[in-house]
Amino acid sequence: MENENCKQTGAPVDENKVRVKVLLFARARELVGGSEVDLDVKEGATTADCVAELTNRFGALEVMRDSIVVALNFDYVTEPVKVKDGDELAIIPPISVNKSQTLGSREKCIGSKLKL
Amino acid sequence: MEGQTVEKMKAEADVLEIVDTKIDMAKYVDAVRDPGAGAISTFIGTTRNTFQNKEVVELQYEAYKPMAILELKKICASARSRWSLVGIAIAHRLGTVPTSEESVFIAVSSVHRKESLDACQFLIDELKARVPIWKKEVYSNGEVWKENVEFVQRTQVCKEEFYQIYDAESKLRNWQFSI
Repeated sequence: MENENCKQTGAPVDENKVRVKVLLFARARELVGGSEVDLDVKEGATTADCVAELTNRFGALEVMRDSIVVALNFDYVTEPVKVKDGDELAIIPPISVNKSQTLGSREKCIGSKLKL
Repeated sequence: MEGQTVEKMKAEADVLEIVDTKIDMAKYVDAVRDPGAGAISTFIGTTRNTFQNKEVVELQYEAYKPMAILELKKICASARSRWSLVGIAIAHRLGTVPTSEESVFIAVSSVHRKESLDACQFLIDELKARVPIWKKEVYSNGEVWKENVEFVQRTQVCKEEFYQIYDAESKLRNWQFSI
C-alpha cells in the first residue's frame, strides 16, 4: 500500500495514526481552554493512551488526570479500550466526593479559586 | 409478546428533554397523564441559595447532551424493569438557573401510587449517579464546579489523590467539597 499523506480535511496525515475527537467539559474545559480537541494517536492506542497524550499536550489537566472519567462514543469506560479513527472521547471531570462521609476529620472544605 | 410490545411503546413515549429555558412542569405532568394511571409522582430539583454560609449568586449547568439523553433512556429502561409504570418524563435545564428555580423535573405515572413514588426516587438517584451534567456554583467571590457523591461511587474511578492540595506557580489550588 502506498504510504501517501492524506490531505482530506479531518483525516489523519499519517496512515498509522487514528484521529479521535476529544470533548472536554466543566473544569476540564476550563483547564484546557477549549471544549474540543482533535487527537492523533497511534493505531492500537487505548483510551488511557489518549488521556496520557492529552495530558502531555495540556499540562493543566495533570491535576485531574488520576480521577478523570472517560466516555467513548457515549459509553462510560471503566478499563482501557482501543480507540478507532473517528471515535468521540469525552473527558468527564472528576467528582467531589462528600468528604464528610468518607475521610472524616481529614476533610478539607476550601473555596475554589477557579476562574473562567 | 404483546405485553412486550406495549412496554416498548410506553418506553418510546417517554419524554426526556434537556432545555435551555424555564422548565414547563405542567407539560411534563401532562406527558405522563393517562386514563389508566391512578397516580403521578413528581420530583423537582431547585437551586439553593447558600452553601457553607456563602451566598450562591447563581448556578450554571452544562451537559454532554447526546450522552445525557442516552443515559436518561437507560435510566428509564432500568426503572421500567423494576416497576410497572405508565409514563416517564424528565427535563433538565442548562445554562444559568436563578436560585429557587427548577433545574430538574421528573414525573412518573403508574396504575397504583407505590410504583410511581418508588420509581421517582430511583430516577433522580440514578440521574445524579450517571447522567453527564455538571453544576457550577457562582459566589460573589468565586465559583466552583459541584458534582454528585453518587457519581463517583458508581464509577469508582475517583482516587484519593485527586484531593491533594498543591502549589503551582505561587498559586494555591483548592478543591471545594460538596456536602
